[in-house]
Amino acid sequence: MSEDVLILAIESSCDETAAAVVKNGRECLSNVIYSQIDLHTLYGGVVPEIASRKHIEKVNQVIDKALKDAGVTLDDITAIAVTYGPGLVGALLVGVSAAKAIAFASGKPLIGVHHIEGHICANYIENPTLEPPFHCLVVSGGHTHLVRVEDYGKYTILGKTRDDAAGEAFDKVARAIGLGYPGGPKIDKLSNEGNPEAIVFPRAKVSDNVYDFSFSGLKSAVLNYLNGCEMKGEEVNRADVAASFQKSVIDVLVSHSMEALAEHHASKFAIAGGVASNAHLREAMETACKERGIEFYHPSPILCTDNAAMIGAAGYYEYIAGTRSGYDLNAIPNLKLGERA
Amino acid sequence: MKILGIDSSGNVGSVAYVSDGVVISEYTLNNKKTHSQTLLPMIDDMVKKAEINLDEIDAIAISQGPGSFTGLRIGSATAKGIAYVKDIPIVPVYTTEALCYNLYGESGLICPIMDARRGQVYTGIFNFSEDGSLETLLETTALSIEELLEKLAEFNQQVTFLGDGVDVFKDKIKELLKTPYKFAFGNNRLQRASSVALYGEILFEKGIKQDAASHAPIYLRMSQAERERLEKEGKA
Repeated sequence: MSEDVLILAIESSCDETAAAVVKNGRECLSNVIYSQIDLHTLYGGVVPEIASRKHIEKVNQVIDKALKDAGVTLDDITAIAVTYGPGLVGALLVGVSAAKAIAFASGKPLIGVHHIEGHICANYIENPTLEPPFHCLVVSGGHTHLVRVEDYGKYTILGKTRDDAAGEAFDKVARAIGLGYPGGPKIDKLSNEGNPEAIVFPRAKVSDNVYDFSFSGLKSAVLNYLNGCEMKGEEVNRADVAASFQKSVIDVLVSHSMEALAEHHASKFAIAGGVASNAHLREAMETACKERGIEFYHPSPILCTDNAAMIGAAGYYEYIAGTRSGYDLNAIPNLKLGERA
Repeated sequence: MKILGIDSSGNVGSVAYVSDGVVISEYTLNNKKTHSQTLLPMIDDMVKKAEINLDEIDAIAISQGPGSFTGLRIGSATAKGIAYVKDIPIVPVYTTEALCYNLYGESGLICPIMDARRGQVYTGIFNFSEDGSLETLLETTALSIEELLEKLAEFNQQVTFLGDGVDVFKDKIKELLKTPYKFAFGNNRLQRASSVALYGEILFEKGIKQDAASHAPIYLRMSQAERERLEKEGKA
């Protein structure tokens, strides 16, 4: 039996400073996340410079805690994995620089990991039997990707957003109805009290790629609706707006995902990313998959949000495949899925 | 004592290794490549060529700021990572003060100026006393170049300027400063990690050090978003 591979993973692409230790790509030994969300709430969104400053203050602490929580020392670690894109460049640079320095000083291999590939790989941690090929919908504040996972580390993008990410639309609508930041969980909660059929918002289709998404029209429709109510002096039922808006997003996400599964005769489907914590989305996907006899996978909320355990899982499969990054590894804010620098 | 020095506060990226006051190695780059791509490869190269044993390093001296926010963080994260693994302290050094050590023993005033954008410079006013120690006459700060030149005129002493602000503000200085001045020669004008490391050695011996986890750059400025928020609240 071969030796266990322990990956120390670091993630700092947005507003979470995170580190984790993952064993053999599947077992999360520790998962430490320092969330800055309270800092950014003041500004209604993530401020890159503030995020970067906080990352540098917290990076050593989260790494140290990740090792301690896992009950290991750096000597036990096989390789260091780090998110190098996509994300906020200043934020990414903190994690990348720290990871490189640790790899250098400890003589361990360094592995740059794609943030979205990490989100997809979060599904490996709690589903030991999940193996490619499968389809995955990655939905977060920054990304909306429908991906076919051909093999470990091999991805085909079937569709992505043309404008706003799904989570971004949630944030913008939440702001418009006075829910504040972050919008996703707040809309999810408020929509429990609303009627999702109360208002019909559009479901955008993108003509040249049926699997692409567009949410900016939906966002505008919601804003127009709110303006219209104000002009007419009608009171807005915020719960109905939240529920109807959310229904519109979910309908599109579900229909695209299911159509792609059918076209590829795929039998396994996973969701990932921050918006994958949305209870209504999860329920809708689960039902749709059940109806079609498709196995449905989703990570726990703690593995949906930005975290380093997912980077450890992705890093493990890169390690096995022989991927090694140099000390010149740079942060790439618009790194494409499947790209290797 | 063995100190690794790092400066990535400006366009220059510089790393050095000093042992008991002697510069064993120094590597400086001033091209357009990002520190993220060059800084650690430079350290790696230097360690190999100078046959440095990382386990023998007593501390890492780092230019803690002021300077480019991103540049400072790349240096800081690099220092923090190495210091964490090797369990050694970090000696934080003001970029301005380290620059003065490029001109160690110079008579008269020394005035580092770094382009801080928005018409300002990161600066301070210093001189070396008879016993060779660095005296601070104006604490490291961000000022408009005009304000700085007024302060310098009050001293009525010869002043030597250095730093990347020299090229940017040369004409302004010529126009406004009526007291005698000169500019540091090219080899000593910009950040040098040997100065950071040698000055760091002096500070370390005085007990000035931080643990790797708590080290962070000194920016001297708030982020734009914070500034705007406070301005708005101030008006409200």
